[in-house]
Amino acid sequence: MAASQPPPVEIAPLRVLRADGTILDPEFIDSVPASDIARLYAAMVAQRVYDDRMIKMQRQGRLGFYLACTGEEACAYGPAYALRDDDWMFPAYREPGVALWRGFPLQTWVDNLVGNCDDPVKGRQMPVHWSARAQNVVSISSPVGTQIPQCAGTAYAMRQRGDDAVAICFFGEGTSSEGDFHVGLNFAGVAKAPAIFFCRNNGYAISTPYEKTTATPHIALRALGYGIRGQVVDGNDLFAVIKAVREAAAFARAGHGPTLIEAKTYRLAAHSTSDDPKAYRSREEEAEAAAQDPLPRLRRWLEAQGLWDEAREQQTQAEASEAILAALARAEAKPHPPLTTLFDDVFAARTPLLEAQALELAAHLSSGDSAYRASGGH
Amino acid sequence: MPTMNIIQAVNDALDLAMAADKDVVILGEDVGKFGGVFRATVGLQEKYGEDRVIDTPLAEAGIIGAAIGMAIYGLRPVAEIQFSDFIFPAYDQIVNELAKFRYRSGGEYPCPMVIRTPFGGGIRGGHYHSQSPEATFAHHAGLVCVAPSNPYDAKGLLLAALASPDPVMVFEPKRIYRGPAHGTNWSAHPKGEVPAGHYTVPIGKADIARPLRGKGIPVSLITYGAMVETCREAATKVEADGIDVELIDLRTLVPYDLPAIVESVSRTGRAVVANEAPKTCGFAAEIVALIMEHCFDWLQAPPLRVTGYDTPFPYTLEAAYLPDSGRVATALRSVARYK
Repeated sequence: MAASQPPPVEIAPLRVLRADGTILDPEFIDSVPASDIARLYAAMVAQRVYDDRMIKMQRQGRLGFYLACTGEEACAYGPAYALRDDDWMFPAYREPGVALWRGFPLQTWVDNLVGNCDDPVKGRQMPVHWSARAQNVVSISSPVGTQIPQCAGTAYAMRQRGDDAVAICFFGEGTSSEGDFHVGLNFAGVAKAPAIFFCRNNGYAISTPYEKTTATPHIALRALGYGIRGQVVDGNDLFAVIKAVREAAAFARAGHGPTLIEAKTYRLAAHSTSDDPKAYRSREEEAEAAAQDPLPRLRRWLEAQGLWDEAREQQTQAEASEAILAALARAEAKPHPPLTTLFDDVFAARTPLLEAQALELAAHLSSGDSAYRASGGH
Repeated sequence: MPTMNIIQAVNDALDLAMAADKDVVILGEDVGKFGGVFRATVGLQEKYGEDRVIDTPLAEAGIIGAAIGMAIYGLRPVAEIQFSDFIFPAYDQIVNELAKFRYRSGGEYPCPMVIRTPFGGGIRGGHYHSQSPEATFAHHAGLVCVAPSNPYDAKGLLLAALASPDPVMVFEPKRIYRGPAHGTNWSAHPKGEVPAGHYTVPIGKADIARPLRGKGIPVSLITYGAMVETCREAATKVEADGIDVELIDLRTLVPYDLPAIVESVSRTGRAVVANEAPKTCGFAAEIVALIMEHCFDWLQAPPLRVTGYDTPFPYTLEAAYLPDSGRVATALRSVARYK
């Protein structure tokens, strides 16, 4: 049985803004209010400040772990802007912007980094593994790629319930080697589910470069194998990312099925605070990538429009710095999640076994010989 | 009252659930047009459409991963894994995602869904159509695990699973799908009588499948799934030896019915626990540990396990591998005569 005409796979990178800040596609620029772009840019500048400060705080021992999105900000803020609030998003661990843009409170995000009583996930996961139900952003896992078939299933459910929404998931190019990438795209392709698979090709799976993880020149080419639409986009061009996601969402809402977007970008920072890129890549390469940095590129355009200047840049950075450090100080002052939360949410209600184990723990903690108490737990 | 076999009981439960709630969807390999390789979903796609009874690509991780995405959005998926031997490509999705979704999201994303999967041997299925992996799932916090042993419980537990706020894995005893023993059918069995319409069998409650007769040395015999019928046969065998067996069908492995176990063993003072899976870290090991922790003062003999051997599941020598009523009877005699 022959499949119908496959959707197109576009490997010439979608680009709206050149690296020098000049425009390739004026018509598209006109479709985005300039004031929105200024707000997006300010949010991306703030994100970079947050990342910088949080890495420093981890170095000072105030956070257990951190993972920055430096250089890839457009790949979170662009899709979040392009989609509607009823569209669900499945981030990996490098897209805090998707929730922050939708109003996930900065304080809540930092409460998660600390794992205190106001952490939405109750201190149960490492930093950067938050959950944002009110923003329709799904809880984050550490094993990579698991969100891909889940996103396909949510997209299927949206259509099944007659909702006009789409589901997007984010992952790195390294993750595209996982089996879940294959099964998720295949399922969504067959079902023509309204899903968007957003691959941030940042060049590295921790230390392993792109060419060691795949023999295809473009991840987006794999779309052809699933009979779905594929699109390469310049991931350092906020306008182009918005355009690509808007087109993919319109395509999905029209019932044509999923799109695999490959955003070519670069991880300017380390993979995480446990990583040192000096061990596997050159300073020259990093300098070359920095020249493509999405932030200065957008700033040049905004400045040319008279929408930005050095004073606003300084002010935005100062405010972000103050906000994040104040949020961290407040987060650190908050107590641990209550001990009772250890046994909650395993199931909807505690089982008799969990009730018994909660009592067992309480007895142990009052015994005077508890590592938790000894570590300052209360 | 109509009699049904386990397949018909499962099909009836699914039919009722789909008719009552349009959010219920079924997905799996060959479940739609064909009605499943064991025929458990036969006729449902015709009745409820291709969008609700989904023939998926052949990828277990995709079936479970997609079902999770459906469940967190509000559908109530029933995923079929054709044989529990094929569940391992979905192991990550089940133990790292499904089991933890509610917990890791601080309760923001509950994930109520059902996984149905036939387990156990006795169908000449060799390595990969015969295994009993239930203990590997019971080990991971967050998964309700049930294993019916008859048509009545199969329907009632499945309907309870469909109403549960938690993910539920239903391990279906495939060798007794169509009859309690080879060459028999369920029509002569009291639990082959299955009421029409909706009812549930409570999750977390064991059942006394055979009460004490009040004559002989009492022994508690604890098992689940297809082993219930094997154990029933063993109980009949040892009547002549003056052994009086109380047969407990656990029905739910997680959360297990500890009061029922303790009540029985503290009364009899002797216990044999059977599971078809290999001995090491099998579910019987957990039950024996519970008996030691909770019933030590009443015990007249060390509890014994009757299990599969610690080998991969064999093909030609299947009947030698599977714990049969003779091995259970031997264990019962040993426990009853312990001095």
